[in-house]
Amino acid sequence: MKPVTGTVDAAVRERFPLLTRQVNGRPLVYLDSAATSQKPSAVIEAEAAFYRTSNANVHRGLHTLGDEATRLYEGCRDTTARWLGVESAQVTIQRSATAALNLVARGWEHHLVPGDAVLVTEMEHHANFVPWQMLAKRRGIELRVLPVTDGGELDLARLDEFLDDRVKVVAVTHVSNVLGTVNPVAEITSRARSLGALTVVDAAQSVGHRPLAFAELEADLMVFSAHKCYGPMGLGFLVGRAETLANLEPVEGGGEMIEWVRLEETTWADVPHRFEAGTPNVAAAAAFPAAMEFLEEIGLDAVRAHEVDLTGYALEKLRAVDGLVIYGPDDPTRRGGLVSFHDPQVHPHDMSTILDQLGIAIRAGHHCAQPLHRRLGVVATSRASFGVHTTTGEIDALIDGLLESRKVFAL
Amino acid sequence: MSTLGPIDDLYREVILDHHRSPRGREPLTDPDVEAEGKNPSCGDEVTLQLKFDGETISQVGVLAHGCAISTSSGSMLADLVEGRTVGEAARIAEAFRQVLHGKKFPTDVDLGDLEALEGVQKFPVRIKCAVLPWVTLLDAVLAQRAGRDPRPVSTEGLGDDANPMNMKITEGQ
Repeated sequence: MKPVTGTVDAAVRERFPLLTRQVNGRPLVYLDSAATSQKPSAVIEAEAAFYRTSNANVHRGLHTLGDEATRLYEGCRDTTARWLGVESAQVTIQRSATAALNLVARGWEHHLVPGDAVLVTEMEHHANFVPWQMLAKRRGIELRVLPVTDGGELDLARLDEFLDDRVKVVAVTHVSNVLGTVNPVAEITSRARSLGALTVVDAAQSVGHRPLAFAELEADLMVFSAHKCYGPMGLGFLVGRAETLANLEPVEGGGEMIEWVRLEETTWADVPHRFEAGTPNVAAAAAFPAAMEFLEEIGLDAVRAHEVDLTGYALEKLRAVDGLVIYGPDDPTRRGGLVSFHDPQVHPHDMSTILDQLGIAIRAGHHCAQPLHRRLGVVATSRASFGVHTTTGEIDALIDGLLESRKVFAL
Repeated sequence: MSTLGPIDDLYREVILDHHRSPRGREPLTDPDVEAEGKNPSCGDEVTLQLKFDGETISQVGVLAHGCAISTSSGSMLADLVEGRTVGEAARIAEAFRQVLHGKKFPTDVDLGDLEALEGVQKFPVRIKCAVLPWVTLLDAVLAQRAGRDPRPVSTEGLGDDANPMNMKITEGQ
């Protein structure tokens, strides 16, 4: 096998059992890692091993299995905390990044009064847009949306227009799931925090794709999901400053999140457990450390360099296709590992169906970012996104497939 | 033409022709009913305008933003239902739905160019593209009958009862 690029050994493909399968009679070319990454064997086996050998509920049983399950679950928290450079108590385990954002929007609501404002951006995933819009409607709060420039970046020159002392929450994505843009979040969060606003960063497209410490975001809270960085589905995280988490109200009541329940009143468990009502996805938590180990073995610097190389290669090849509209920054070092584009000759859904016949999986549609697509002036785009296992040969296959799809529609 | 097997069966020439030059694209100046259909998972949109003369659909306007499958289906709809009664249009919609779900072509309903969309049945994720204009039509007709405004129709997450594609529309009188 020819090397992927200079930075990640091509043998990494062998760690992903799914990549050996065929789709429609062709070898799978998986270019949808931004939707969910494929899973290394170690992760799959760790999840299965939990059910085979340690399955029990957490924080309850006084028996051996219950203790093992609890250790695995809390071990996930500890490893994640170490990974992000925070204390374990700063990591709350959620069902998804979306659930974490909804928790924040609900749990921070009591700090807001009518007339306050929440600032989001035009490039947010619906997960970091809709919960704030719901909050704004519930509480009579203004929802402000920082625009995106024609170049696919946040219009920071206009930040002062949108960010004033009425803004009590600023929610921004680190890396756009459509444009690929890496936002200078620290610049935004530090300004917002100096005005006293809560700052929330959606890091779903960046954790596990670059070296990242929570501190460098200069945010109060961040969220991400395990399944977008080679971990299992059904597991997301809310990570925050201790004082911020202490001021966040729990939203779901139930088991696990309580300290003491009386007929009249209940007291909450400490942070982070007060945000973890109900039986969590222990199997996923037991498996996620295997994903982190996998990434550490490759090295997050190498993972990042690989994604930059592939994105640069893809941009170059896509730019050579006549008439294709490509979104986001030109410079691959300012992007995450994905490229969205629009072919005026072939609608994204038609392209996706045709590529699928060639075994190539891309994402076609609005990628859960309809406000951004409205800004771009299209209802749908096609997106190719890359993982550690992606090869330049797979990008070549995409280009061939794209030209093939044009043939179908040629007069 | 490509050499992609089932793809050629999906994108037949008659479909590409409707996609390139859709019929019914001229907006009606004074429609009796205007309905919107959406395909939320991918963002396809269709706006359907109808003018009635009694039970007959006398004029149709179809403005579709979407893939070749949904735009061609909308264009064929404009061709097929203009000048038909509501009941006839509903029978075409029902027959088309049956075909997309693998049933035999009906002998008593002329599907016209819609027959070319038969290939969609091999691509289950695209069936919603093909039916979008038709569910929108059915809701528009039901709304007109009930004297209510058409509600935005969605092809997602509709249970059997709520799906206009499953509603029975009988001929008036």
